[in-house]
Amino acid sequence: MNWTPATKSEQAEMLSVIGADSMDAFFDVIPEALRSCDWNLPEGLSEFTLRRELETLAAKNNIQYISFLGGGYYDHYIPAAVDALSSRSEFYTAYTPYQPECAQGTLQAIYEYQSVVSRLMDLECANASLYDGGTAVYEAAAMACRITRRFRVVAHASLHPVWRRMLETHVAGSPITVSDGDGPDGEDVACVIVQNPSFTGDVRDFTALARDCHEHGALLVMAVNPVSLGIIKTPGAMGADIAVAEGQSLGLPLGFGGPYLGILATRTAHIRKMPGRIAAATTDAEGRRGYVLTLQAREQHIRREKALSNICSNQALCALRTLIHLCLLGKTGLEATARACYSKAEYLKSRLDFAKPLNPGATFNEFAVCLPLDAETVIGRLRGKGFLPGLPLAAFGRGGPNDLLIAVTEKRTREELDAFAEALREACHHV
Amino acid sequence: MFKTIFEKSVPGRCAVLPDPLDVPRAELPEALRRTTPLALPEMSELDVVRHFTRLSQRNYGVDAQFYPLGSCTMKYNPKVAETVAALPGFAQLHPQLSGSEAYLEDCQGALELVYEMERLLAEIGGMNAGCLQPMAGAHGELTGVLLIAAYHRDRGDAARDTILIPDSAHGTNPASAAIAGFKVKEIPSNDTGTIDFDAFKALLGPHVAGVMLTCPNTHGFFEPRVADIAALAHEAGALMYYDGANLNAIMGRCRPGDLGFDVMHFNLHKTFATPHGMGGPGSGAVAVNERLVPYLPSPRVVKTEQGYALGDAEKTMGKMSPFFGSFLVAVRAYAYILALGGEGLKTASGMAVLNANYVLRRLRDTYPAAYDGWCMHECLLTAAELTARKGIRALDIAKALLDRGFHAPTVYFPLTVKEDLMIEPTETESRETLDAFCDALLEIARIAEEDPDQLHHAPTRLPVGRLDEVKAAKELNCADLPG
Repeated sequence: MNWTPATKSEQAEMLSVIGADSMDAFFDVIPEALRSCDWNLPEGLSEFTLRRELETLAAKNNIQYISFLGGGYYDHYIPAAVDALSSRSEFYTAYTPYQPECAQGTLQAIYEYQSVVSRLMDLECANASLYDGGTAVYEAAAMACRITRRFRVVAHASLHPVWRRMLETHVAGSPITVSDGDGPDGEDVACVIVQNPSFTGDVRDFTALARDCHEHGALLVMAVNPVSLGIIKTPGAMGADIAVAEGQSLGLPLGFGGPYLGILATRTAHIRKMPGRIAAATTDAEGRRGYVLTLQAREQHIRREKALSNICSNQALCALRTLIHLCLLGKTGLEATARACYSKAEYLKSRLDFAKPLNPGATFNEFAVCLPLDAETVIGRLRGKGFLPGLPLAAFGRGGPNDLLIAVTEKRTREELDAFAEALREACHHV
Repeated sequence: MFKTIFEKSVPGRCAVLPDPLDVPRAELPEALRRTTPLALPEMSELDVVRHFTRLSQRNYGVDAQFYPLGSCTMKYNPKVAETVAALPGFAQLHPQLSGSEAYLEDCQGALELVYEMERLLAEIGGMNAGCLQPMAGAHGELTGVLLIAAYHRDRGDAARDTILIPDSAHGTNPASAAIAGFKVKEIPSNDTGTIDFDAFKALLGPHVAGVMLTCPNTHGFFEPRVADIAALAHEAGALMYYDGANLNAIMGRCRPGDLGFDVMHFNLHKTFATPHGMGGPGSGAVAVNERLVPYLPSPRVVKTEQGYALGDAEKTMGKMSPFFGSFLVAVRAYAYILALGGEGLKTASGMAVLNANYVLRRLRDTYPAAYDGWCMHECLLTAAELTARKGIRALDIAKALLDRGFHAPTVYFPLTVKEDLMIEPTETESRETLDAFCDALLEIARIAEEDPDQLHHAPTRLPVGRLDEVKAAKELNCADLPG
């Protein structure tokens, strides 16, 4: 199949208007020796066959499980209206709002997204440009370096190990260095990066660390689980300067890893050092309210090699989903969802008396246990009973072979939690 | 006035709630609880649906409007690609299934798709291996430049600190090179709109790590000496980077790898028709030749006798994304490539170039071309003469087009041409649409002669007129905050 409408006779007429003999004439500029086109690509497919092939491939993935997988990416319910509204093609077939008068839908949605994210975080501004949680951590680190003119960032043990590795990869050529630590341990520290809840689920109050950072001229960057903010203390309230998050939990499908959304929010004082596109409210000549992209002189299309970042994207469709998700849940729904995640995880913990708890204090929707048996074996046994029991921490370099990280969302019912606890007990005791 | 969600919020409303708690309600320790009001909007489902439906009606998109935005390849996004990307086996698949050996059996279909898509991209690019990790075009550029850095570092050639980039390049090229720690030197264009070859030669040297080219370039021309440029760069020890922004011009006619490039990125949202989503998500998958394969990001999907497994490139640069990049974008692009096949891709490029030349031919007597000759997939015109004579700028023309139901071309880019209109019609537009668009531009030129002031007031038929950007930057109202 193809999506090119021009018929043979139309092509011939257009060629004659242009004054070209054939379509090949346009490509004469390519040196003949380089015009290789014996590429090994398949023949095209009909729409029917294409669908059948992709359906076959999708069926090779197993989604018929009761899942306790997390590790930064969570299986939350996505309301039907999120899909219905975000699949309006007026949204998804538009591009970056370069012409604001015909993109007020996009621009107002970004403005509203910036507003709800700021409110959720208790910060003052945000943007919708970043790709995912890991790159948001990197952009926050680079931003802290620009603000403080220092070049070392301290990664706290609470930070997601994969995001930590992405951070190191992204700064490889720059003057920025990354070290481990739990505070601003030198005058060269631009920021300390913490995660709350941590990769293994621990919830802490980092207010004292924020103060300590500020006394040493450093910033506090906090990665959060956005759903948790329905009930836990916010980055703004703790004194964090930049908050980042993986937006997947707010209305984005798990999708085997993407596309996701990097959330980044900060204080107004730092807005000019923030990467990415920013929407702002203004008016037209008749006083009608409208929205435009603002502070564009920070960006690559104007500043080129002197730009704050190379970000050109505007992760707007993902941000739109997150915005619609938050509007549907609203104040009551997000709080109830966070409460359910927390309460159900606490309930499951209480049922796992045969496993040693590894978290020192409070957790949100995820916790780690040390099983009597190695985690990979337990996973193998539980898969056969229809459960995805969690992540082996050893695979992330964060624990011993028996350590398992278990996530619980609002989707899990009491019956499922009971059945899972029983199955896990059996798997651990059956040798 | 069109209200915001906060202005529509009514305390006590809520559209979607989880099930009532079926376990005991647990309380966080007090010191860890949220201390501030959760000031989210409170709306019914219909409030939300009506709000966003009406917002959508205040947008132009490819499904409703011709969108000839140069350098953005706004081709039609096939519906079947949306259908297959929404299959639960893809959309609901947890990425951490690839995080542990124990779960790989449960995501074999997804791993197969990643493997096959990377193989297809390598084939289209004339490269040895593909990688889906980069999550946007600029992210692909950064990946590519970091790969070049890793290559030189590994060879003990770390003194190479400069990347050469033409003045016509997208701003992301120099920005990506700078972020990766390189100095940027600009290669000037000559008066035919392509690289000044002598100036390029003079810039080469033992300090040059790489050369980043877009080909065809943003003036719409294939670089006639690209093979000589690559040979000289390689002789000088530098690597060649291909920015795939304009790949839609040359598929089936030549391959970047055969032209002498070592690494390239693809914009799956341009060339392979995945939706632009108001700016994102995209995908900036890269492909590399054998020189750079050892440094590719971790992990790699490998095919074994037992099925698909994960491994690492021997000297991997690390991780650019947590899993396999924008996977559901790759599913759409994979469907597009399978639908078209090799011949279909060649036809797509051919028709993209034919359409651009048709528009060029119909307009160039009124809006002069910035440079002579047939163009590739986009044409670059200039309104500089109208600006000088009638005070009508490219911006005025852009706004007048909006009033006539067309999205505007790219204006004020590339920076090398004054008052430019950069028009990329793409292959999916019919001759009728191109004619209607050209007629509108010709009509605007007539109005510019007879009643130029009319154009300064455009647009007048959209929800808002021209907006005050100075006020926006001065007041910086970027969020509606309580209190």
